Amino acid sequence: MRLIALLVARDLGQAWRSAGLWLPVAFLLLVASLYPFAVGPDAALLARTGGGMLWIAALLASLLPVDRLVAPDRDAGILDQIALRGISEEMVVIARLIAHWLGFGPPLMIAALPAAALLKLDGATILTLEAGLLIGTPALAALGLLVATLTAGLRSSGALAGLLALPLAVPLLIFGAGTLGDGSGAAFKFLGAASLLLVAITPIAGGAAIRAGRE
Amino acid sequence: MSGAALRLSGLACLRGGRLLFAGVDLVLAAGGSALLHGPNGIGKSSLLRQCAGLLPIYAGTIDRQGSVALADERLALDMELPLHRALGFWARLDRVDEAALDRALHAMALAPLRDVPVRMLSTGQRKRAMLARVIASGADIWLLDEPANGLDDASVALLGAAVADHLAVGGIVVAASHQPLLLTDPVRIAMAAHVPDPAQEASCD
Repeated sequence: MRLIALLVARDLGQAWRSAGLWLPVAFLLLVASLYPFAVGPDAALLARTGGGMLWIAALLASLLPVDRLVAPDRDAGILDQIALRGISEEMVVIARLIAHWLGFGPPLMIAALPAAALLKLDGATILTLEAGLLIGTPALAALGLLVATLTAGLRSSGALAGLLALPLAVPLLIFGAGTLGDGSGAAFKFLGAASLLLVAITPIAGGAAIRAGRE
Repeated sequence: MSGAALRLSGLACLRGGRLLFAGVDLVLAAGGSALLHGPNGIGKSSLLRQCAGLLPIYAGTIDRQGSVALADERLALDMELPLHRALGFWARLDRVDEAALDRALHAMALAPLRDVPVRMLSTGQRKRAMLARVIASGADIWLLDEPANGLDDASVALLGAAVADHLAVGGIVVAASHQPLLLTDPVRIAMAAHVPDPAQEASCD
């Protein structure tokens, strides 16, 4: 526990100092303010499509920090030095996932409030959207981290990360945006299942990717 | 630290489908040191990384008793942080106290630079910071890859003193270097003698 707390604290500090935490938030707000210009100021249309638009924006925002999640620490030898101390790569990825979600999920959920206001979403929709993001952002964070471990050390890893992540993110988008128009709660359950799956496989697959990258 | 030991027997390394070296044997007990020498690309760094457990072992065994610290060409310190805070992260992971960290900074003559961000340090100062990280770790076995590169004469002397202290308390040092440097009576391993002949290499693929 102490170990994870140490690693999480360091990762959060690094993210804060690199100013990378603002990038997804700024992106979400930017998309929300551009969208009405593109589709016109029809409040009914904005309210009907705005929630889905915000899910797309959240998904794309999760790709922005990918190139700073793993590659810099790998290149600086920090991952090797952690491994020398007998700490497993899976543990490193778990700590990184926690730190990444803390720096990504809650700020995005807060930014979604003014963004929802820009898109004229009503109160019930905002509530559903926030609940969906609460369940969905851990999966978006896990997916970003997973592709970051897979592409660390490759050239033009950013573009490749997008190509890898987006197909895997399709279920999140379907069920996440699906929660907005679905009264039965089934979409929430599917979103939760997809989220749990991604959070569960990321430490295993990410740890293996970091080890394989040492060769 | 007196229980530290490092035993390599018949160690071989395969990288990128090429057998770099084979049949490396080494026995070091507490207070022992070894110097790897040989031309570039012969596998000195790979051997050190195998000893650290970072590269897979193709053949042979490594028996290691004690914790390891590795100084290679990468700094592994957070660039934006002041030096003592960047080193402090590793000190907390290693569960060593502030005093040990200060001693390590002092040993590498870095005490005046403790509040300077790592990115502002010069090449030689970074190298010393990395060595301070190794010293502060309190690890039994030091693996040093070209530790004297980029150091001035005074810093090489500091490194020599630190290594001598480490050996005196029962530590182990394995260094890869072109210069004979700091070690007084190391086991010398000429890597060139362990390069497999091409015929043997072909049969490994």
